[in-house]
Amino acid sequence: MEIEAVNTSDKKNKLWAFAITGVLIVISMMYYSANVFYMYLIPYIWFGFAYGMMLQYGRFCFASASRDLFAAGVPRMAVGILVALVFFSFIQATLASTNMSTFHPAPFGPHTLIAGLIFGVGMVLAGGCASGSLYKIGEGNGTSFLAAFFGLSIGQAIFVDLGGIFNKFLPKSWIASSALKEIPASSAVPPEKVTSWFDVYLSGYIWDLPSVQLSGTKAMSEALPGAWKYFIADSLITAIIPALALLCVIYAVYIRKGFIKKRTKEKGRTTGFGDELAGMWKMITASKRTTLMGVLIGITAGLHIFVMKGMHLKFGADNFGKLLTKMGHTADVATGGTVFDPGYWYITSQEAQLGAWILQKFGWDMRDNIFFGVNNGLPELWRNPALWMSLGIVFGAMVMARLSNEFKFKLPKGELIAWGLIGGLLMGIGSRPALGCNIGAFFIRVAGGDPSGWLYGIGMVTGAFIGVKFFNWWSERKMAKEMEAF
Amino acid sequence: MAMKFEKKGEGTYMLDVCGYVCPHPQIYCKKSLEKMGEGETLEMIFDNPSSAETIIQMLDQAGHELTERKQEGGKIIFRIKKG
Repeated sequence: MEIEAVNTSDKKNKLWAFAITGVLIVISMMYYSANVFYMYLIPYIWFGFAYGMMLQYGRFCFASASRDLFAAGVPRMAVGILVALVFFSFIQATLASTNMSTFHPAPFGPHTLIAGLIFGVGMVLAGGCASGSLYKIGEGNGTSFLAAFFGLSIGQAIFVDLGGIFNKFLPKSWIASSALKEIPASSAVPPEKVTSWFDVYLSGYIWDLPSVQLSGTKAMSEALPGAWKYFIADSLITAIIPALALLCVIYAVYIRKGFIKKRTKEKGRTTGFGDELAGMWKMITASKRTTLMGVLIGITAGLHIFVMKGMHLKFGADNFGKLLTKMGHTADVATGGTVFDPGYWYITSQEAQLGAWILQKFGWDMRDNIFFGVNNGLPELWRNPALWMSLGIVFGAMVMARLSNEFKFKLPKGELIAWGLIGGLLMGIGSRPALGCNIGAFFIRVAGGDPSGWLYGIGMVTGAFIGVKFFNWWSERKMAKEMEAF
Repeated sequence: MAMKFEKKGEGTYMLDVCGYVCPHPQIYCKKSLEKMGEGETLEMIFDNPSSAETIIQMLDQAGHELTERKQEGGKIIFRIKKG
């Protein structure tokens, strides 16, 4: 009887997986038949789908990289991310050297560190990072939905549009610098679009900061001619060497003692360098599914950039906003004629657009600011390229979870409602000032040779440490209460 | 929703963290094992698949033994012997 029930549920799950995939295929075909320009959306859907499948299979969540290390001493996810980084940075360098990269570095400054710290606390409380929350929604996780929808989407949209009293706390230097960029009747920065504190922060602080890509520095350009600067400066120096160094540190702190003790006992002799290498290898392969997905995610993220560059070349447009304008959807785009279209794996801005789109429907003017009004636009949801990537992640993870019978609707209850909402909001607040999250501000930047990615990473890990300390205290209290009975 | 940590018998404990998401199942698992004596058994019930991978590695590193694992519907059940 029990076996029969399991078989029925197994069949039902498979049916769901095929149905979801089928619907996405039909949607892709409908886009293509509606207008050839909509072909641009299709890679976003399917790369999102692929990320979702891989994230779910590998239990790949940036939050767990630092959190599980601090909370349980388990390095599997930290290893997975560093492995992904090594592969992705190499492909990124290959693409950059052939002028096929869509990567652009971000403004470098202390704001990155602070934003990372806030994001780090948020991802631990919410139970998943920006991409992790999406794949967990695909598993039926209601807490992740709260974090992604109310925190990352609605919270982030409100965060960038807050004005009034919040503008009174802004430094005078930012206000002065911002005023210089306000150009009446211009699509650059019309004064009526500088209304929120975030507008002044962007135009008066962020835009004044330098962007650094190691291969673009004078020293590296002179020392490494041609394509070498991408492989040596961006990939090897910025990503691969620090990633390998971190692997060594993680091994030394969390694995070495236990492994060497066990090894000495087994072999009955003192250990040497070969044993250390064996320990490192054991750490890397301890969770095969996570490490394997690290390799695949790294390669897929590189392929994604390659395909999006291909789209740019095919349509002669480096931003989907130009194609939307050609199709007559001028209300979708920002004053600069663009919409948010990263050209690679990215999470949080499209969620802010989702929140802003909803608030706009309720009468809140969300286009009166730089973030939506001048830079990213507010396209209808079905014409939002990056939002399709996020939906793709949710559905890809859902298909994978269904195939492995791991899908389960879990409504958030009790304390998880608070953690989901607070954590999601902190992730929203922590991603916007740095112009990205664990993916856009850390993973993509580091792999592209932008050192500000490491700054965000340091902040994120520190924030995760604080979050874990809090949860340790919280759970200890609850355990003590439970143990009163015995 | 509440986590349950109960003593079921001599040297046998039960931890139920169904409904909890990361990092709660792994934190409660670690803390439960810390409260138990060597050789005692913990039956852990949870429904967050992402936690399973971390818990398995945590047990291996700490020298505990995962003696049984099964899945019932969306629930995952681990039987762990503290090492």
